[in-house]
Amino acid sequence: MEVVQLQRSFVEYMDSLFREGFLDAQFSQLQQLQDDSNPDFVVEVVSLFFEDSERLLNDLTMALDQPNVDFKQVDAHVHQLKGSSSSVGAQRVKNCCIPFRNCCEEQNTEACLRCLQQIKQEYLLVKNKLQTLFDLEQQIVAAGGAIPMVQ
Amino acid sequence: MEEFHVLAVDDSLIDRKLIERLFRISACQVTTVDSGNKALEFLGLHQHDPCVSPHAQQNLQEVEVNLVITDYCMPGMTGYDLLKKIKESPSLKNIPLVIMSSENVPSRISRCLEEGAEEFFLKPARIADVNKLKRHMMKTKCKSFDEPEKIVTKVNQESSPEIANISSGDDPCYMLVQF
Repeated sequence: MEVVQLQRSFVEYMDSLFREGFLDAQFSQLQQLQDDSNPDFVVEVVSLFFEDSERLLNDLTMALDQPNVDFKQVDAHVHQLKGSSSSVGAQRVKNCCIPFRNCCEEQNTEACLRCLQQIKQEYLLVKNKLQTLFDLEQQIVAAGGAIPMVQ
Repeated sequence: MEEFHVLAVDDSLIDRKLIERLFRISACQVTTVDSGNKALEFLGLHQHDPCVSPHAQQNLQEVEVNLVITDYCMPGMTGYDLLKKIKESPSLKNIPLVIMSSENVPSRISRCLEEGAEEFFLKPARIADVNKLKRHMMKTKCKSFDEPEKIVTKVNQESSPEIANISSGDDPCYMLVQF
């Protein structure tokens, strides 16, 4: 594929991610922190986010599977997930955490399980989208082009 | 001009990476640690810690730090606990200290400011936040810095002059709240 076409796809894709609320302004901040001296900054931070989230989602699954659920522990995990998703700009994941914390306060296991299900879905969605975005970037670079700056 | 040295304290790896980059891009030297205890160790202030031998304690040199920036919610020693310990120390109390939190809790904010934090801001920290902090770091370099204490907080268009709800997506307006 031609570089110009790839770049256009990239811009459109990025636009859609913001428009559909998958990413928010914090993601743009991450992009602004990337430069020639730190060309992989966004990928590095997002990779950390993927690792962190998968660990937390596993921990949440296990914690909610206990006969006596420790809601303080569950809440602590959700708090962490809210923090890290907020830090990378994964808006939908972050937004799922808020009702989740309410369910923890109410000590409602069923409701927590529903929240967990939702977060897992949103996480997989954003992970998929970001990986597609990074793939596009790589294709552009491989074709000799520069990655467009999207405001 | 000498570089500023920032000590950043946060239990989240992602946030440490972010804060480090934010300060590095502003030409500051950054040290990150993942707990209040490690921050105190770094600053040369040792708690009674059986894990650190007295011999090692004697060998640690004092490092010049121009700013401490810490997360509020951390397991064990919170950012507030760390703030108190630093302000209680004759050798460390003049180091500007900033607290970050992911939660906007007015009582938390005023408690920290009362205890001597220079600023309190909401996470995630942004480039604009870091730029503001340079003024505080200047104080440690220029002793005759003569401005009255000012705290700058972000507010919405419609909100009251007290510390108000902040939605992180909006463009912040900055309002000076004078003590």
